[in-house]
Amino acid sequence: MSAPGTRRAVVTGIGVVAPNGTTAETFWKATQEGVTVLDRITREGCGQLPLKVAGQVPSFDASAVIEERILVQTDRFTHFALAAADEALQDARLGRADTEGAPFSAGVVTAAGSGGGEFGQRELQKLWGKGSRYVGPWQSIAWFYAASTGQISIRRGFKGPCSVVAADEAGGLDALAHAARAVARGTDVLVAGSTEAPLAPYSMVCQLGYGELSPVTDPQRAYRPFTGDASGFVPAEGGAMLVVEDERAARARGVPVRAVIAGHAATFTGAGRWELSRQGLAEAIRGALAQAGCAPEEVDVVFADALGTPQADRAEALAIADALGAHGRQVPVTAPKTGIGRAYCAAPVLDAAAAVLALEHGLIPPTPNVADICHDLDLVTGRARPAPVRTALVLSRGLMGSNSALVLRHGV
Amino acid sequence: MTRRVAVTGIGVVAPGGIGADAFWDLLANGRTATRGITFFDPAGLRSRIAAECDFDPVAAGLSEEQIQRCDRYIQFALVAGEEAVRDAGLDLTRVNPWRVAVSLGTAVGGTTRLESDYVLVSHHGERWEVDHERARPHLERAFTPSTLASTVAERFGARGPVQTVSTGCTSGLDAVGYALYTVQEGRADICIAGASDSPISPITMACFDAIKATSPNNDDPEHASRPFDNDRDGFVMGEGGAVLVLEELEHARARGARVYCELSGYATFGNAYHMTGLTSEGVEMARAIEQALDHARLDGSAIDYVNAHGSGTRQNDRHETAAVKRALGHHAYETPMSSIKSMVGHSLGAIGAIEVAACVLAMAHQVVPPTANYETPDPECDLDYVPRVARERRLDAVLSVGSGFGGFQSAVILTRPRERSS
Repeated sequence: MSAPGTRRAVVTGIGVVAPNGTTAETFWKATQEGVTVLDRITREGCGQLPLKVAGQVPSFDASAVIEERILVQTDRFTHFALAAADEALQDARLGRADTEGAPFSAGVVTAAGSGGGEFGQRELQKLWGKGSRYVGPWQSIAWFYAASTGQISIRRGFKGPCSVVAADEAGGLDALAHAARAVARGTDVLVAGSTEAPLAPYSMVCQLGYGELSPVTDPQRAYRPFTGDASGFVPAEGGAMLVVEDERAARARGVPVRAVIAGHAATFTGAGRWELSRQGLAEAIRGALAQAGCAPEEVDVVFADALGTPQADRAEALAIADALGAHGRQVPVTAPKTGIGRAYCAAPVLDAAAAVLALEHGLIPPTPNVADICHDLDLVTGRARPAPVRTALVLSRGLMGSNSALVLRHGV
Repeated sequence: MTRRVAVTGIGVVAPGGIGADAFWDLLANGRTATRGITFFDPAGLRSRIAAECDFDPVAAGLSEEQIQRCDRYIQFALVAGEEAVRDAGLDLTRVNPWRVAVSLGTAVGGTTRLESDYVLVSHHGERWEVDHERARPHLERAFTPSTLASTVAERFGARGPVQTVSTGCTSGLDAVGYALYTVQEGRADICIAGASDSPISPITMACFDAIKATSPNNDDPEHASRPFDNDRDGFVMGEGGAVLVLEELEHARARGARVYCELSGYATFGNAYHMTGLTSEGVEMARAIEQALDHARLDGSAIDYVNAHGSGTRQNDRHETAAVKRALGHHAYETPMSSIKSMVGHSLGAIGAIEVAACVLAMAHQVVPPTANYETPDPECDLDYVPRVARERRLDAVLSVGSGFGGFQSAVILTRPRERSS
């Protein structure tokens, strides 16, 4: 994501905590098999709410990866973030010794849509149920949107640029772009991504006002973008962290370059104004491709936003056609998030992780639960499709009106 | 050639008065706007004082619909944004909307609204299960802070990159810093940048009580915010918002706009030490200052005024004093350094942008705002803190620093427009 001759940002590590797998490996296995894990919400206190289906991370034992001292001062969204960051750094073979000599060259960027809602609800209950002196000392650092960036920075000794995009969904891609730009400006390595935990009872109540939420209670039919049955989206928790590194630094360390972050652009067309998102998303795609120096025909796969309302799906299908021309009808498009739900800011980061893995494996994962497409798209459904994938385009739109596009290219 | 970024408009909603003029009048006269909390009954809290805005959204020009849909902190940003765009003489219908960006910061976003609806749906915290039918309309807009930038972008028709930045107490400086990158690196020609917070609510007051970060000087609220003074005992919560119009310099000149100053440097680092603690050495903040100077292509000796974070906690003011000395060397002793938090309190994510607005106004007036309430020196804080009375001074380059939870340390530099080689 930089001019020729300057520093290039690459992905060298992936960490995932997702509803369909709590490591990058298990996530990829489930994703390429098209496994769907959407299910009735089982979280305590959510039973009486009208929102019935979500993508929950079922078997995540935070205490197995995070020490007790940190567990008590952090929310579930930060537990996911710390676990995913640990995995990503290990995957990138980046140990303490690699950064402690130059701590200002290692930074952290996260995107956060809702912060530590479960922790916050507990402390609100103490305050209003018992009194202000029952509010614990950790509320001030557990709930706020910057908690994960701060905790990762401290845990790893990273003193470089620390950023937090408090965003709608598209912000997940913006966080990766922030990291790539920090590399272009001189930072050697960053942990970048997003994790969300929006399934505590009060957090769920806060989401009920989203007109795009699916009211369908059958988990297999609740989130079916691009079909005649599209009835909205299903929320999810979890997310992913990537290690974003200067290409020369990565090569000097002798670690594989998993993908190049080649281009990004973001636009805004207004909250809920999905018809306008056609132009906004097309502009973002054009901008990202231009920055990547990539012709439309070179795009081998599109990871779609796939919001799942008829209007938004139509706008996205048309945006792809507008920006990619004739190639837009031929390029394989996929939305693996139909198997796990939309984890807000984390959703496009999970897509970016899947896109890097698709580049590596030459395999396009399918779109679970979806068949009978009613748009002019080659949506990959049923089973994963083997294909030489050298360039992936990842798209995201936010409920508050942002549109974002990211171009990832094969590392060699 | 490097693109340069001009400040062409300012809008402020701060305690003590609405609008940039009222704000500057408060600062230039060294008045304080801290008082006993009136928004709710603070009985039972350790710190029962705050710098509240006397803000009437109707009088400030907001429509009934805006008032219904928008939390207080977003109302601040809308009002400050209107003032800034008007001040810039900018007709946004005549610019390419895809080249207009928004970058706004907030630390706690819609918390105040989230809390008030929580009380309804939980029947005053009675149980973990909540009664969703008691929630009021538009609650989802409080759930995610991206509503802030989104609402302001819709108001001004921006179609470029729109983002909300939330790095705790450095959010305001960071939002301005990201805006600088956005315009300088060519992703937009205009960026509406700033920050807003309205954190004066029971939950936010209680959580700072729990770590004894806020001042318990409830008997003397007007003098409770005492940055750098030896008798300081914590910060005083504030609220407010500030918005700047940032514009690529040639774009501003081409339309004949008044250029207040240039936004010329920014950097941020983490201390990787503690979520709330600071080291006594200030190495990381010093590093942020040094890198912001590099970005601005300035030597530390060029800095004429340091707008301090100066929260008034014991550890912050020593940390910051050490950091400024480390970065500016002997020049630190010759440079006035003041904290406007002594007058307008600490509005968490908003204050960084309010402080940048104060720096722009200080340069426009060539006057350094004072540190109110500063009386008794702390031996470990031995710089020139501009006690109580504003001071005339030639200001060509100004530094504003911030420090916050998570260990984040940020620095912004503003300069008078000058020709410089690229």
